Amino acid sequence: MANQAATPSSRGPGAVWMAAVVLCILGFAYLPQMVVQAPIERTMGPVQKIFYYHVPCAWLLMLSTFVCAGGSIAYLFKGSMRGDRVARVSAELAVLFGICTLVTGPLWGRVAWGVYWQWDARLTSSLLLWLVMVAYVMARRFGGPASRKLAAALALFAAADVPLVYLSVHIWRTIHPKTTVVPTLGKEMMGVFFTSLGMFTLLWVVLFVLRGHLEKARDELDTLALDVEDHLEA
Amino acid sequence: MLPRESVSVPGFATQVLRIAAKDLRIEWKSREILLTMGYLAVVIVLAFAFAFVTVGGERLSPSVTSGILWVSVFFSGTVALSRTFDRERDGEAIRALLLTPIARSAIYLGKLLGVVVLMASVEVIVVPLTAMFFSAELGSHLLWTALILVLGNFGYAAVGVVFSAALLRSKSRDVLLSALLFPLVLPVLIAGARATSLLLDPKSADLGSAVFWTQFLGISGGIFVVLGLWAFEPVLSGD
Amino acid sequence: MSLQLQAVCKNYGRHRALSRITTEFPAGRISVVLGPNGAGKSTLMGILSTLVAPTTGTVLWQGQPLVAGTPMRAQIGYVGHEPGLYPDLGARANLTLFASLYGQQLAPAALAESLKSVGLAEDLEGRLELPVRAFSRGMQQRLALARALLHNPALLLFDEPSAALDPTGASWLAGHLQRSREAGRTVIVITHDLGLAATIADRILLLRRGRLAMDRTLDAPMSEAELRTLYEEALRVAA
Repeated sequence: MANQAATPSSRGPGAVWMAAVVLCILGFAYLPQMVVQAPIERTMGPVQKIFYYHVPCAWLLMLSTFVCAGGSIAYLFKGSMRGDRVARVSAELAVLFGICTLVTGPLWGRVAWGVYWQWDARLTSSLLLWLVMVAYVMARRFGGPASRKLAAALALFAAADVPLVYLSVHIWRTIHPKTTVVPTLGKEMMGVFFTSLGMFTLLWVVLFVLRGHLEKARDELDTLALDVEDHLEA
Repeated sequence: MLPRESVSVPGFATQVLRIAAKDLRIEWKSREILLTMGYLAVVIVLAFAFAFVTVGGERLSPSVTSGILWVSVFFSGTVALSRTFDRERDGEAIRALLLTPIARSAIYLGKLLGVVVLMASVEVIVVPLTAMFFSAELGSHLLWTALILVLGNFGYAAVGVVFSAALLRSKSRDVLLSALLFPLVLPVLIAGARATSLLLDPKSADLGSAVFWTQFLGISGGIFVVLGLWAFEPVLSGD
Repeated sequence: MSLQLQAVCKNYGRHRALSRITTEFPAGRISVVLGPNGAGKSTLMGILSTLVAPTTGTVLWQGQPLVAGTPMRAQIGYVGHEPGLYPDLGARANLTLFASLYGQQLAPAALAESLKSVGLAEDLEGRLELPVRAFSRGMQQRLALARALLHNPALLLFDEPSAALDPTGASWLAGHLQRSREAGRTVIVITHDLGLAATIADRILLLRRGRLAMDRTLDAPMSEAELRTLYEEALRVAA
């Protein structure tokens, strides 16, 4: 009477993941040290160093959104439950890193530009993106019976939307430093920046795997519960 | 009497028009959506009029006036969106509709068309009213303004119909519809408001920008309709 | 021309609505599905009408897989406990609309014929434009049947058809179902009404907690009392 439907996956996310966690902890312990030792930027002074945290968070917000859109498309058009899980998890990560971005950005802006917020293309579309991801999480929770499909449609539209918003706002003005900032960094700054970027991305992967594992376990529990019911009835 | 083996399916355009005609015909009997939408739109414009009133009675800038118009259109539009699927849910007509051989995409486009017509009907009232309250000159580019509004309606409804269908059986439908819809239709709002304000401004001759924004509206509307065509069927079959 | 289910399962998250249903619904027979509330009858109906996709298993109609959204749904006629009509439109408008969605023009003669076959010809004399919401539930149900039969479907699905009918209506419905059987249609009826079931059933199926607890072809018609005993016995055994 053995059931082939579900064998529980490994007990935890695995040894590789543990290694990544350790690397992350070490990396984040060392990172502030690196940032302090990095050269001070000429025009903006020490506050520019928020850049080492702000940009990776912004990049992860983008990454999470694309992953969410990708998962949603897989779910919506192929019925892939894995895609649905991926979408769920990355939406939460998007909200998390979005908060980091939207907090560190204005802190930098207040000192660098004198104002907390500007309605330029990049800020507006980032805010919009974050709002939509919050809406995604809300839709999953309160959307009723079709909430999975509803949220997936939301992610699909958001993926198309954000470039449009970016483009539309960009026509007027932009005072946000362009991405060309990165190539013009000095060699030492580049080193710190890419280390920070790497560490943050590793953190994202660690969280993604952990959270994904939880969702997978949850789905497997559903299948197991059904199998138990089957055995009881048979 | 033997059962027939096959049934002929009407052409796609016919399907779309039948659905739209059905919606508008039902609406025409009671005019419930039109009246409630129209009333809401007017009330919103009035609320802004009173919020911005000054003793000197100076005119508001064209961009503010245009913004008020578009906000009013967008908020009153949610009425049409939620009610369009309410009608299907009464008496479970939606199930009978889904069982006919017509394409799901035809249902989507038919509903979209119906909502656009309803929104346009309300705009016929609200636009002159806004012009009157805020002393704005709409007459100069009337047809162009109408085009901008219609394109904006298409973009808005293209997204709205998908989400309204998805929320058909949700308890928090009305609240969620606005919450989910507005971040997504922002490009339409931005482009529409910009284009209209450029046309309203007697001093500026920046018609070039207005053309750009009109094109932008057309393109984003097109993108949303394509996405809506993809997303409508999976969303409607729910789970 | 039969409908076959092979190991059909439907899960909603942790809840198994249907579990390994395997059966066949032959043409020219009336199959009645009984079962307590929550047994999965509505889910089964959703799958049979192609509106819901099974989680696993196949549904075959005339040997072809019947998947959700298939064009073969044009061969299905469905009457649920809601009438599946637009409440604000009249009888003529509703029937004409649905006929057109099946690619047919409903000539006045055909309309009259259709109404006559469900016994509404007199009641609706001169009242064809009255909104359907003004009719009694019994009349709406008859109109729903007219709607379901417009396109001469080979498969007829009924979900609690006698729920809104008085005893006269119920016996009229029984007669109608028998005529459909003679016409060679595959008829599947979900009901709680053991009296109706006893009158019309050629096959009895019992669903309990998502499983098929009984699947029996009757050699001779049963009385209601016999059926009730059988039903209760089967429930007890399945428990």
